[in-house]
Amino acid sequence: MEKLLDVENVSISFIQYTQGLNQRDLKVITDLTLDISEGEILAVLGSSGSGKSLLAHAIFGILPENARQNGKIKYNGKELSQKDKEEIRGKDIVLVPQSVNFLDPLMKISDQAIGHTENDEEKKAKKAKQREIFEHYNLGPEVDDMYPFQLSGGMARRVLVSTALLSDPKLVVADEPTPGLDQKTVEETLNHFKHMKEDGIGVLLITHDIHAALEVADRIGIFYSGYVIEIALKEDFSGEGENLLHPYTKALYKALPANGFELTKGHQPLHGEIPKGCPYYDRCEMKFGRCKDERPELIDLGNKKVRCFKYEGGIEDGT
Amino acid sequence: MLKNEKLLKFLGKKIVRFIILLIFVIILSFLLIDMSPINPVKTYIANLGVVSPEKIAILESYWGVNEPITTKLINWLANILHGDFGTSLIFRAPVLDVIKERFTASLVLMLTSWLFSGVLGFILGVVAGFKKDTVVDKAIKVYCYILQSAPTFWIALLFLMVFSVYLGWFPTGLGVPVGTLSENVSFWDWLHRLILPMITLSVVGIASITLFTRDKLIEVMNSDYFLFAKARGESGWNLIIRHGIRNILLPAITLQFLGFSELFGGAVLVEQIFTYPGIGQAAVSAGLKSDVPLLLGIVIFSAIFVYCGNLIADVLYNFVDPRIKEGEENE
Amino acid sequence: MSEQKKFTSIYGPIADMNLRTKTLLTIALTVSILVIVIISSLLINAGDITTNFDAMNLPPSLEHLFGTDWLGRDMFTRTLKGLGLSVQIGAGASILSSIIAVALAFIGSINKKLDTFIAWLVDLFLSVPHILLIILISIALGGGAFGVTIGVAVTHWTSLTRVLRAEIKQIQTSDFVKLSERFGKSKLWIAKKHILPLVITQVIVGTILIFPHAIMHEASVTFLGFGLSPHEPAIGIILSESMKYLATGNWWLALFPGLALLILVLLFDIAGENIKKLLDPTSANE
Repeated sequence: MEKLLDVENVSISFIQYTQGLNQRDLKVITDLTLDISEGEILAVLGSSGSGKSLLAHAIFGILPENARQNGKIKYNGKELSQKDKEEIRGKDIVLVPQSVNFLDPLMKISDQAIGHTENDEEKKAKKAKQREIFEHYNLGPEVDDMYPFQLSGGMARRVLVSTALLSDPKLVVADEPTPGLDQKTVEETLNHFKHMKEDGIGVLLITHDIHAALEVADRIGIFYSGYVIEIALKEDFSGEGENLLHPYTKALYKALPANGFELTKGHQPLHGEIPKGCPYYDRCEMKFGRCKDERPELIDLGNKKVRCFKYEGGIEDGT
Repeated sequence: MLKNEKLLKFLGKKIVRFIILLIFVIILSFLLIDMSPINPVKTYIANLGVVSPEKIAILESYWGVNEPITTKLINWLANILHGDFGTSLIFRAPVLDVIKERFTASLVLMLTSWLFSGVLGFILGVVAGFKKDTVVDKAIKVYCYILQSAPTFWIALLFLMVFSVYLGWFPTGLGVPVGTLSENVSFWDWLHRLILPMITLSVVGIASITLFTRDKLIEVMNSDYFLFAKARGESGWNLIIRHGIRNILLPAITLQFLGFSELFGGAVLVEQIFTYPGIGQAAVSAGLKSDVPLLLGIVIFSAIFVYCGNLIADVLYNFVDPRIKEGEENE
Repeated sequence: MSEQKKFTSIYGPIADMNLRTKTLLTIALTVSILVIVIISSLLINAGDITTNFDAMNLPPSLEHLFGTDWLGRDMFTRTLKGLGLSVQIGAGASILSSIIAVALAFIGSINKKLDTFIAWLVDLFLSVPHILLIILISIALGGGAFGVTIGVAVTHWTSLTRVLRAEIKQIQTSDFVKLSERFGKSKLWIAKKHILPLVITQVIVGTILIFPHAIMHEASVTFLGFGLSPHEPAIGIILSESMKYLATGNWWLALFPGLALLILVLLFDIAGENIKKLLDPTSANE
């Protein structure tokens, strides 16, 4: 089956200067691989500040200048060059950003949603479409002339989602769409994504909210210290978590309030202090000797993937 | 409604603060002059030639030569409050008349070059920021750094040398004696004499606004909303115009208004070299020839000029941005 | 932006160097040029600048790099001597300025009232164009090197004071200072042990960055006739003399001394900015 989006072995790093201008290379994302099909929601779950937003930026070709990116990003099987990304962004692939800060503070909402137009005719057509979609999302005509600071939290969310849908996209990348929102607005926002899925749109949901991820996603990629350590099916997050593969994912699941609130000791290694071997080595309860110095590759198990030596011979081998 | 009321209140507060500041400026400059070896009566006499003893007595009482400094200061302040700034020694005319005349000439010079350097500097800054790290950007940056390090009066000297002496396009201005009033000069003469000082002052003023605009644009280009606009498919000049320029125009204009002090300083030097009959040249003459009343008058009016710039900048900053909600506290 | 990403540079070895090496190299280069200028200007006695009526008004040549003036004096030697004088006055003025800035910033940190007063003092000194204020002070002190040095020093402390005020405020609210306060340490002790060491970088960088402004303002004021006396070999004097000879075509009299001053100012600026980058890496991370 043709995948909508393929992210293959993408690494992103920064050059950073410290006191005395000593230079260091800071790896934020390492060897990231995932894929999304039409009508599928894939969540990438990672703690806040872990740099997972950069994945979204890499897909759109809007990484900061001092960032370096390796690996491939494919759309419909074709590798995207920077030029392709510029061509395709805002049309086939759209971004739903984190917050209202991503809107130009000095421009009226409607003008931003419509974007640049060549002539009046185009502007009218786009305006009509914008009005229609906004109406659908319960945004009245008065919203068109508002400035971003005048929007309430829920309204801002709906504006960002409906702006994304203006170009009939094939793929929506949502970067932390739920933080700081009340329960009702979170529900509402997640429903928007469900509706997109029903319309055959692929959704990449980048979030730190495990509840949000479990509620809407078909598959969940677990992001740990810059690595994707597992891509699990939503169904695997059930029972005792026995179908989950990676020790960290299991621990994460058990830490949920509904499953006993069992916390694992230690913390995620920060960028720059990631060990040579497996990033989870220090906290793992099932580690082997080789995990210390040797880094496991991502093992492809069809729909699922895992980065752990336990599963080198397949799932049965590990359990 | 609410906004207008707020604006009035804001202006009122600012103006009261300014008046207090101005009083201290006056006291400070008065004390400085009083410290100096200048004796106003003696300079007066030296300028006027033969003076009768009665006249000397009047002068001495006007300046309160034999009185304590506090009395002198209070007398002088009282005179100023009555609109009497005294008589200029070198122009033999009331200080207020001289300042009116000279300041008008300087305002034309300063404001035209202010506008010119502002517009050009902004454009250069936008180009440099948009083309960051390219040859164009580097060229603009080097040009700005060099200009920032160049003494204004030296640039003026070079321009005078090249355009007036060698090319003969403009008058050297050296033939006009100090004190010529502009009634004696035809409009074309005057325009002809304006152009070179104006260009000099513009060239010197470009650097700061260019570098500021460049940095601001780069900041905006790294902002979240600029990223999102890109992700929505906007690109190229349209993106810069729609989201870049709109967001940096106000800060740039504000900065330009905050530059009145430097503008005045530049004008002093440029006017001196091109013998442009403005307030700066008058200030230098007054200083060199110990024309105390004129010098003090110029200090006061220069402070008012600088303050006007600051006030406009403050109003722009606080009231023009749509983000400042009506009725919201912004002090 | 990754579209502009280039791993191999077209600018050759300099661009391939890392920022630290580049910055250190720039600082070393600028500082050594400045030191050479200062030392060589000190080595010139006034006696070396002799009048020579056989060599009047000569354009630049190998023998007289900057030409000679109407008294046959070598302009290169005069310029070098003038630069040395500029550096001396600039150093005096900027160090004095920094002392004022540090003192006022610390006074402002004592309590809120004094802080407001310092802020108001900054406003007061910014309300009159600098050049007028320097002229006034210079007149008040009877002109000369002393008058202009004080004039420049008294007008250039404002920006550093602002920087230090902000910095000190930030440190004062930090945890370790609050802890010291709780232990009953005196304000003076806290200022000496905690605040001073942290703001010292700002003070050094601030002083170096005042330098170019100080040099330029001194030259301007001297040029206008309010600074150094006409007997001194200052750049401002040289340039104001050159005005009389512009009409006769002696362009070198104005061009080279001014250019030399520009380069001096530029070098100080570059050195200052690079030292700032080295001490404060956030300014290099873009």
